[in-house]
Amino acid sequence: MSMHKPLPVHLQDMQQEIEVHAKDYGLDFFPILYEVLDYKTMNEVAAYGGFPTRYPHWRFGMDYEKLSKSYEYGMSKIYEMVINTNPSYAYLLEGNSLVDQKLVMAHVCGHVDFFKNNYYFSKTNRKMIDGMANHASTVRRHMRAQGQSTVEDFIDVCLSIENLIDPMSLFIARSPKPGADEGSEGTKETPRIAAKGYMEEYINPPEFMEAQRKKIEAEQQKQEKFPVEPQRDVLKFLLDAAPLADWERDCLEVIRDEAYYYAPQAMTKIMNEGWATYWHSKILTNNALKGSEVIDYADACAGVLATVPGRLNPYKLGVELLRHIEIRWNKGQFGQEWEECDSMATKASWDRRLGLGRDKIFEVRKLYNDITFIDEYFTLDFCIDQKFYSFGYNERASSWEIMSRDFENVKKQLLDSLTNRGQPVIRVFDGNFNNTGELLLRHDHEGVDLDMNHAKDTLQNLFKVWKRPVSLFTVVDEKGKLLSHGTDGYSESTAEASDVG
Amino acid sequence: MSQKIDLDQRRFRKIIRGKIKNNLRKYISNGEMIARKGKDTVSIPLPSVDIPRFKHGGKQQGGVGQGDGEVGDSLGQDGEEQPGGPGEAGDKPGEHALEVDVSLDELAEILGEELSLPRIEQKGSEKIVSHKDRYTGIRTTGPESLKHFRRTYKEALKRQVSTGTYSSKNPIVIPIKDDKRFRSWKSEPLPQSSAVIIYMMDVSGSMGDEQKEIVRIESFWLDTWLRSQYKGIESRYIIHDAMAREVDRDTFFSTRESGGTMISSAYKLCSEMMEDEYPSDEYNIYPFHFSDGDNWSVDDTVTCVDILNNQILPHSNQFSYGQVESPYGSGQFIKDLQEHFSDSENLVTSEIKGKDAIMDSIKDFLGTGK
Repeated sequence: MSMHKPLPVHLQDMQQEIEVHAKDYGLDFFPILYEVLDYKTMNEVAAYGGFPTRYPHWRFGMDYEKLSKSYEYGMSKIYEMVINTNPSYAYLLEGNSLVDQKLVMAHVCGHVDFFKNNYYFSKTNRKMIDGMANHASTVRRHMRAQGQSTVEDFIDVCLSIENLIDPMSLFIARSPKPGADEGSEGTKETPRIAAKGYMEEYINPPEFMEAQRKKIEAEQQKQEKFPVEPQRDVLKFLLDAAPLADWERDCLEVIRDEAYYYAPQAMTKIMNEGWATYWHSKILTNNALKGSEVIDYADACAGVLATVPGRLNPYKLGVELLRHIEIRWNKGQFGQEWEECDSMATKASWDRRLGLGRDKIFEVRKLYNDITFIDEYFTLDFCIDQKFYSFGYNERASSWEIMSRDFENVKKQLLDSLTNRGQPVIRVFDGNFNNTGELLLRHDHEGVDLDMNHAKDTLQNLFKVWKRPVSLFTVVDEKGKLLSHGTDGYSESTAEASDVG
Repeated sequence: MSQKIDLDQRRFRKIIRGKIKNNLRKYISNGEMIARKGKDTVSIPLPSVDIPRFKHGGKQQGGVGQGDGEVGDSLGQDGEEQPGGPGEAGDKPGEHALEVDVSLDELAEILGEELSLPRIEQKGSEKIVSHKDRYTGIRTTGPESLKHFRRTYKEALKRQVSTGTYSSKNPIVIPIKDDKRFRSWKSEPLPQSSAVIIYMMDVSGSMGDEQKEIVRIESFWLDTWLRSQYKGIESRYIIHDAMAREVDRDTFFSTRESGGTMISSAYKLCSEMMEDEYPSDEYNIYPFHFSDGDNWSVDDTVTCVDILNNQILPHSNQFSYGQVESPYGSGQFIKDLQEHFSDSENLVTSEIKGKDAIMDSIKDFLGTGK
């Protein structure tokens, strides 16, 4: 790793100054190690998702090419990058102006504080630099033994299903621990309602006993189902149950591990960027900025917060919402009394001078993710203030249009797009479908169909992992459909939800 | 400096290669995709390989945005920049194939790489080199006429803010001498034109629109490649039926005449042009002739062979003849040429059966490295 080149002295001083201010405000972050990179190395590291070493894969080359091209043609450049490790590594772009570097350092303090304190990051591997390097050497070892193309092809397959994980499973128990119900299995006798001998025939008639027996049987059958409950962590299920060679299992594990590592970042994009933006602007404008730097700072900051029609800017939404919360809690605009007040005038001049704003946003950064953040704090006032709208596709005009400015509508659309990191929810339903060891998945259809071309190819990839026919139940144009991929290729049939369990 | 990512990038390029070749063929058979935009750029999509995923179909989904606009206002047509949702970048269609302007030089490089074309060995000495001034930078001194207005005022604003003389209530910014910024230039050597391409095309009644389209696409790529090899190349255009005349580029590609065909008329004009204007010890000369292979008479073909042998071939780097297949032509001329020049080094013939064959034909013409 080329990580330990010392930072130029003037940047060291700058880092020290910024971090003193950040700590004064109460930010609490891992030690940060900066490195200055030229744009080529910056693009390389960015293509590797922020890490110096990854396993060999063409996709990194593709991302690198994309980044280099867009840099060289002046379309975009990466200002800043920081990874969630302890200590945290952050990268500065060589040749950026000092104002930019200052802004980046303050921004990075915000991110690292978020990594360290936000609940959803609490289970991530803080030694991921080593983790990634280990993954790389595992994959390389298998490539030497199996051949590069063989392993790369399988990694392509794994990447195709890497989104089928369940990040929330780290925090809640999805299904009862196996073994918990063990005791009840022994009951062979059908339970009967206690009755005196002469009443037995009336209280527990044969029909009733028969029904009871059936119920218990059904219960037991359910127990025999595999998996017992539909499982959202499809990758875990495959690791446990698919007939994989050792090297295949290793590769799938690598992909799953990295998917879980990155998942919290997708779950907190808006908050994380908002938090970092809040702090760079607070630290720079209140403390660290010299008079001569104000204009360049404002210029850079405006670029970060710019909105484009039809695109949500997470920096903007995040920082505005945090500021909104801060103001509300400073003025005491919360609680039952506030909610029930229906006088606009009273509300407009509502100020209890509580000064709780700063504490509140620290609490929010600790406990919330994007969904809960939006769900709880995205209010009608905020929606109108910030001119939010929902948009959709108009088939007739074949263009994207503003659909609504209605609060409920906008908020629903926003939450929908964040649910499950914007991915469809897909569960393993049956690992012994048709009683022939086939795999059945179900898509929880929430009003948006799957992209069929992608679904087809993904099923094919699942087939390569499961090595037996794989089916997916979904809804297409409001009709139930069973998509299957087996030994003789892809097929499609209409189906009812009840047909497939 | 060699980077770790190079290996991954090379791997990606290899995968794309299969794809690029097809893509490139697609662009080539699809003439309007390649157009000169502005000075010398064209737009081709950056290659990208999709990994299939279970994901939402795009059009039902929609999203949330921020800003002005009435309900019903359009945010962009299909095919234009598509709105993207929140979350990871690049998880929506339209985001991953970002359109990049590629310069013609780069395009030629791709072409050369794909077809493994050899670099051309130039003949003649470096000709007269002139200089061209280009404005490339900013400096603090210079004539008033080159003052960079925006930069000057930005400097003045910065100075006023830092010295505290700027007031937002009375926002007057006055540059002083030190604030002034001027454009500065660099002189770049500009080698004089030392190569010429002479395009000749048969426009007799038997050459239809489709045939001309093929010629147009093929000459675009020939032009692009040769331009990447020579700085400042000249192009001349000759059309002929029974008579030959020189025309401009637009006319060359749009004219449709009718009547008989005397190929020798074009060759005569070409050889005169070469003799009068392009001395062969100074110029690299590339005559290209496209026709459907139908000549008026055997006698005329003999005249053609004569002119080629004595006047054109000795002075050209390479003479290229492309025969476009047409339902009307006999296609005899290419056979005659092959017969007479089977052992000639700098005459290349190529049959172009349809749009798909353009790539192979370009390779025939340019693969010799002359």
